[in-house]
Amino acid sequence: MAELDKKDEAVDATPNVTDIVKVDASTTTEVEAILDAPVDRGEPILQVRNLVKHFPLTSGILFRRQVGAVKAVDGVSFDLYQGETLGIVGESGCGKSTVARLLMTLERATAGEVFYKGQDITKLSGRALKAVRRNIQMVFQDPYTSLNPRMTVGDIIGEPFDIHPEVAPKGDRRRKVQELLDVVGLNPEYINRYPHQFSGGQRQRIGIARGLALNPEIIICDEPVSALDVSVQAQVINLMEKLQNEFNLSYVFIAHDLSIVRHISDRVGVMYLGKMAEIGTDEQIYEHPTHPYTQALLSAVPVPDPEAREHRERIILTGDVPSPANPPSGCRFRTRCWKAEDRCSTEVPLLAIPERFQGLDSPVAHESACHFAEEKDVVGAA
Amino acid sequence: MLLEVRDLQVEFKTRDGVAKAVNGVNYSVEAGETLAVLGESGSGKSVTAQAVMGILDMPPGRIAGGEILFQGRDLLKLKEDERRKIRGSEMAMIFQDALSSLNPVLSVGEQLSEMFTVHRGMSRKDGKAKAVELMDRVRIPAAKERVGQYPHQFSGGMRQRIMIAMAMALEPSLIIADEPTTALDVTVQAQVMDLLAELQRELNMGLILITHDLGVVADVADKIAAMYAGRIVEQAPVHEIYKAPAHPYTKGLLESIPRLDQKGQELYAIKGLPPNLMHIPPGCAFNPRCPMAQDICRSEVPPLFDVAPDRQSACFFWKETLDG
Repeated sequence: MAELDKKDEAVDATPNVTDIVKVDASTTTEVEAILDAPVDRGEPILQVRNLVKHFPLTSGILFRRQVGAVKAVDGVSFDLYQGETLGIVGESGCGKSTVARLLMTLERATAGEVFYKGQDITKLSGRALKAVRRNIQMVFQDPYTSLNPRMTVGDIIGEPFDIHPEVAPKGDRRRKVQELLDVVGLNPEYINRYPHQFSGGQRQRIGIARGLALNPEIIICDEPVSALDVSVQAQVINLMEKLQNEFNLSYVFIAHDLSIVRHISDRVGVMYLGKMAEIGTDEQIYEHPTHPYTQALLSAVPVPDPEAREHRERIILTGDVPSPANPPSGCRFRTRCWKAEDRCSTEVPLLAIPERFQGLDSPVAHESACHFAEEKDVVGAA
Repeated sequence: MLLEVRDLQVEFKTRDGVAKAVNGVNYSVEAGETLAVLGESGSGKSVTAQAVMGILDMPPGRIAGGEILFQGRDLLKLKEDERRKIRGSEMAMIFQDALSSLNPVLSVGEQLSEMFTVHRGMSRKDGKAKAVELMDRVRIPAAKERVGQYPHQFSGGMRQRIMIAMAMALEPSLIIADEPTTALDVTVQAQVMDLLAELQRELNMGLILITHDLGVVADVADKIAAMYAGRIVEQAPVHEIYKAPAHPYTKGLLESIPRLDQKGQELYAIKGLPPNLMHIPPGCAFNPRCPMAQDICRSEVPPLFDVAPDRQSACFFWKETLDG
């Protein structure tokens, strides 16, 4: 397993800078040198700043013209630290999967920056981009459609080595693939089997092995367990936690299941209609939420405890999520919010620690994008 | 008793042999009661429901034995046209995926009014008026304007409301809801479950809720039947099962879900995989995954033991499981 282990990185090699260090790297060798540089533990490995993705809406057949845009992601900022798990939750259509695709540079950002070790990856292309992608890998939601049914497991897990041959020389690949199978808890002798010979949970393990193949530092997981049965979910979650400790991975964990996100995450961001509504540690978000949307979302989650159903307060939101092509002015949540006032329709609330909580040494003092942020314990954890 | 399923057995013929999807299931529902049928994929929970509704694909499916007593009559002995009269007016079903269950080329109004024109012989005009009334009742805003719209013009939550409206159109005495909120977001799920519970109370309907979500079950169910590999492994009132499960499978399930209100340690994981229905292990089907399995579990099929009044467990060691 020595190859898969991250080398113990010197912690003091780079000074601890909180500001974003912009690096001008013109040649690819310089880029690669930067990528190999060790990361200080106190510094975010990924810094996302005002990320925007608008998908154009066009009309006309011959002369296509843009008539509008779906604002899937509209100014999202967050940091990801080494070895931590950042959970991103939100309902369908909130833009969480688009964020994942932008971090993977599978989509080009309309605006904004994603800094990976000081390098803005949204501006990269060619070899420099390829080098970055090696370090940011993805695990997809549906283990039934994300594995090619006509490739053997060995080919699927070994395919990343075709693109990055420097990681594993040709003669060594079979052994590496078998090692990876072993790491994710599958029998290494299954290397010549096809995906249909595996169950859903096993397939997701294959997806994880493929994600690990290039020794990445960051793994973006987009709903990795939502297609699995309850009893298998726990196995996969435990595996992911084990791998994180073993290889010092950073996870961006995107899911709609708030209980699973709490279990695995160190910090959690709540998204609504392309914007981050609230972000903080798992304790801050789950036990001291200050944004009304977070409160409604948490209170709607059924708790597996029949005793709780009488005394738990439920906030039932009315209506549906508005269309991201035509989001409400001001605060995007105001159309479903019970606290909304005139100010909410004119002034966009910024994601920051609310003024009244600033300077407090308490879990309520975390970033929340609401004019009327106040604490409310909806989970009943206290 | 509104519905009583007795020793139901369902098989499917496949190219590789006979898959025993349901192996002797017993459960019952009374008017106004909610029974949650809990299980993972392949546990037979949906197949049982389809057999009750009479919408099982036969062939390849085959009911190999048992009785389904609905208001005292055995449905399996009825002719197809008699069953069709019961279906829709006496018992109705809500499916998981509303978009693929609704007809995409008919407006929702036409689909709702069909219930009245076909079953009640109403005129189209009266049927349409009824459709608007129903849409109002499931709280679809601007029902009058939206009655002519097509399923794709509605959001997921609204479509599920239309499914509910259609199911309760003729005020049936039993509703079977097969994963009604699995495809919905949590905030919408809460709306839909609330609506369903309210209508159930109003009409005093029996409700069979098929789900894998232990949270939803705890919220709405009166009693639970947990299924594994085509059998009921534990049956109990909802409060008791969460407090102290009497079967290692339900116990494992309850321990393996992360909680919203606690930051847990490592999750308990039931080892292994659910069995292939073509090769169900001898003895107790759960024995290869069970931490308590003994020799007897590998040779004998455990019957349902009475743990308490209204409570059964299909485990030889239910006492030990119950005690921790």
